[in-house]
Amino acid sequence: MKKEGQIRIPSGCAIAAVISKDGKKMSGDLITQAMKPMHVRSNGLGGGFAGYGIYPEYKDFYALHMFFDDRSSRISCEAFLKEYFEIVHCERIPTRKMPQITDEPIVWRYFIAPLKSMLANLQLDEKELVSRIVMKINKEQNGTYVFSSGKNMGTFKAVGYPEDVGVFYKLEEYEGYSWTGHGRYPTNTPGWWGGAHPFTLLDYSVVHNGEISSYDANRRFIEMFGYKCTLQTDTEVITYIMDYLVRVQGLTLTEAANVVAAPFWSTIEGNPDYASRRQFTYLRTVFPSLLVTGPFSIVLGYTGGLMVLNDRLKLRSMVIAEKDDRVFIASEEAAIRTMEPNAGKLRAPKGGEPVIIQVKEGAY
Amino acid sequence: MGVDFIYPEFEVIRNESRCIACRVCERQCANEVHFFSPERGIMMSDETKCVDCQRCVSLCPTRALKIIRSDCALRENANWPDSTIKEIYRQASSGGVLLSSMGTPKAYPVYWDKIVINASQVTNPSIDPLREPMETRVTLGKKPDKIRRGEDGRIVYELPPQISLSMPILFSAMSYGSLSYNAHASLARAAEELGILYNTGEGGLHEDFYCYGPNTIVQVASGRFGVHMDYLKAGSAIEIKIGQGAKPGIGGHLPGTKIVGDISRTRMIPEGTDAISPAPHHDIYSIEDLRQLVFSLKEAINYSKPIIVKVAAVHNIAAIASGIARSGADIIAIDGIRGGTGAAPTRIRDNVGIPIELALAAVDQRLREEGIRNNVSLVIGGSVRSSTDVVKAIALGADACYIATSALLALGCHLCRTCHTGKCNWGIATQNPELVKRLNPDIGSKRLVNLMTAWRHEIMELMGGMGINSIEALRGNRLMLRGVGLTEKELEILGISHAGE
Repeated sequence: MKKEGQIRIPSGCAIAAVISKDGKKMSGDLITQAMKPMHVRSNGLGGGFAGYGIYPEYKDFYALHMFFDDRSSRISCEAFLKEYFEIVHCERIPTRKMPQITDEPIVWRYFIAPLKSMLANLQLDEKELVSRIVMKINKEQNGTYVFSSGKNMGTFKAVGYPEDVGVFYKLEEYEGYSWTGHGRYPTNTPGWWGGAHPFTLLDYSVVHNGEISSYDANRRFIEMFGYKCTLQTDTEVITYIMDYLVRVQGLTLTEAANVVAAPFWSTIEGNPDYASRRQFTYLRTVFPSLLVTGPFSIVLGYTGGLMVLNDRLKLRSMVIAEKDDRVFIASEEAAIRTMEPNAGKLRAPKGGEPVIIQVKEGAY
Repeated sequence: MGVDFIYPEFEVIRNESRCIACRVCERQCANEVHFFSPERGIMMSDETKCVDCQRCVSLCPTRALKIIRSDCALRENANWPDSTIKEIYRQASSGGVLLSSMGTPKAYPVYWDKIVINASQVTNPSIDPLREPMETRVTLGKKPDKIRRGEDGRIVYELPPQISLSMPILFSAMSYGSLSYNAHASLARAAEELGILYNTGEGGLHEDFYCYGPNTIVQVASGRFGVHMDYLKAGSAIEIKIGQGAKPGIGGHLPGTKIVGDISRTRMIPEGTDAISPAPHHDIYSIEDLRQLVFSLKEAINYSKPIIVKVAAVHNIAAIASGIARSGADIIAIDGIRGGTGAAPTRIRDNVGIPIELALAAVDQRLREEGIRNNVSLVIGGSVRSSTDVVKAIALGADACYIATSALLALGCHLCRTCHTGKCNWGIATQNPELVKRLNPDIGSKRLVNLMTAWRHEIMELMGGMGINSIEALRGNRLMLRGVGLTEKELEILGISHAGE
């Protein structure tokens, strides 16, 4: 059977997320619990989480979370990393042995800083270098996979049900100001850990529910700009699109959302505001190949915030609620009630309407 | 007679019990096949002149006529087919180059027919275009590499010139001269009503049609017929024609007999002189020369409209397209070996060039590998016969399709492949006023609008089935295609998987 990455596997999913607008830290246990009532939305073939603000002691370093098939892959990868980076700290990521999670690869994390001499030599900025090296490892080094590469954030994922994955990674020991969680329902999978969500590049992480019909149009376009879609998943391509639009092209998150889930032409033409009409038209004209069609609901995590977005026809469920400084997001209201029974202001954002929740400046 | 005699290719079968000798067939046939015999009181036929255009069959009020293939055959020979032997007789008699019209009838593989389209089941909902918006609009032109912001932080809305189409189809270049006035009028009016574009071809633009400018592509070919400042400014885009799928590597020849009246004036050449387009543009002997012509034209129109460079699909098309994409062109048009023509040397039409599907796949992939796919839009032609051909072309990577033969069929063409004789009984490829008036532009344009409307509906249904609600998300989406009965190599070039994979 072909492995994920050699073949495209559609999947359905469960999503949950929570963020504190005041930047207050929350234990990872909260998001693990949120996945429980949505158990039937996953099928045990993938679960994962992303936490922001979890590595305050190493916040200035890129945290690489990696899967290795064996010891020799790790040794050779470390040698490779040292050509470009200073490894400030590295260790095995703590996990629990439990019957629900098996066949675990070697899971390590590296806190790294790009070598200044290398940056000057390659004429690249830090982020570009890190993203290129991540692409290179994932494409070229068999048995090695980078699944998280941002600063002061980290992704934890495995094959299994998400509530078990949270326990496996001891998420209760981490404190973050924002968390996203994901349970996967792939139609078939050889059970590879890298295929679980969230998918990340630098500090962007995406959890996603859906199967996008524009996949290959998006993939073939984005691969022109140095990205390599090694997994053939929607989440991967959406992450790269957001990275390209926001980091490389300098769009705001809202503008990027207006590319990915662009309003219909008829909606644009009916917009009474001339400036918006012009902007929507411009973005659609310049980036037609980055329009994402088909059902999706995503939560994009980044340093200091979350963005929630549905496809423009709203073909996947997604609700938002609030309580005090916290905002909760989930595929189902039940997940929100688990995190906060008294959450209010419950609403379902419209198709294509981005909802951005930003942590107060200086609080993260 | 004698050694040169070739038994007529077709037989006219007249049902005597139905024929009322109304002589409609006689009046309708410009080839003078039918005539009335006063002695016998019946209609007779001279089948040597019949081209099987079906005009008489279509207009016979009693359905007394049919045209069938003659069964008088030479002795069967797999190595020497009938047609090959007869072509040798013709050339031995005339000493001339064989001439043909319309696309090649040779059985080249039609890859469109070996590609199947995907649809959603369970994991992803299909979309009903009757209930949900379904977008077929496309914008052609170079896209900027980088978003720029002004000092106020706002996006600067700068954009190279673009053309917007309501659906990813344009009417391909067919010159006034090779086509009749009424055929051109039909195309222009239909393009306007549909919100798409038609193409003047290389014969200039008749003064009556300047009003359709926003829906017109004006062509500049090697003969430069009818090219002047107002002409260049008249359309929405300018197309430099380097080559044509039916006759790569050679020019064109419109005989002096067709250079009459308006056509002479429109082409800006004296009546009765042959209009000869040289094989190359004599100011383009290399890629850097092309760049100069592109920018000369851009200068002339103040960079206000996109420039299309049209080439025939030849062996090295991917590298050629890459060169064009770096030469200032906004749009590349590629025409495949099965593309049509008003007249072309038979041997060239039937043997030179490559199928458009392979050319398209190779070019799109190459431009992406080089990271310059965004520099240009890609329009393809060379036998796009249906809405599914369009959908497959878009999914392989085209921005839009040129159609010509399909459009002529809508106008009444019966594909008899004798355009070069100038005796088109359907009033399309002729300048004979009696024949031209048979094509009513009111009806012609309506039929074109009908055809495109029907295709658009079908495209929307197919997109909806795939769960795609904008044509932009279909472009280059090769995962939506699978091959059936194709070799590994063909699949590799097309960049698609085989069905079942």
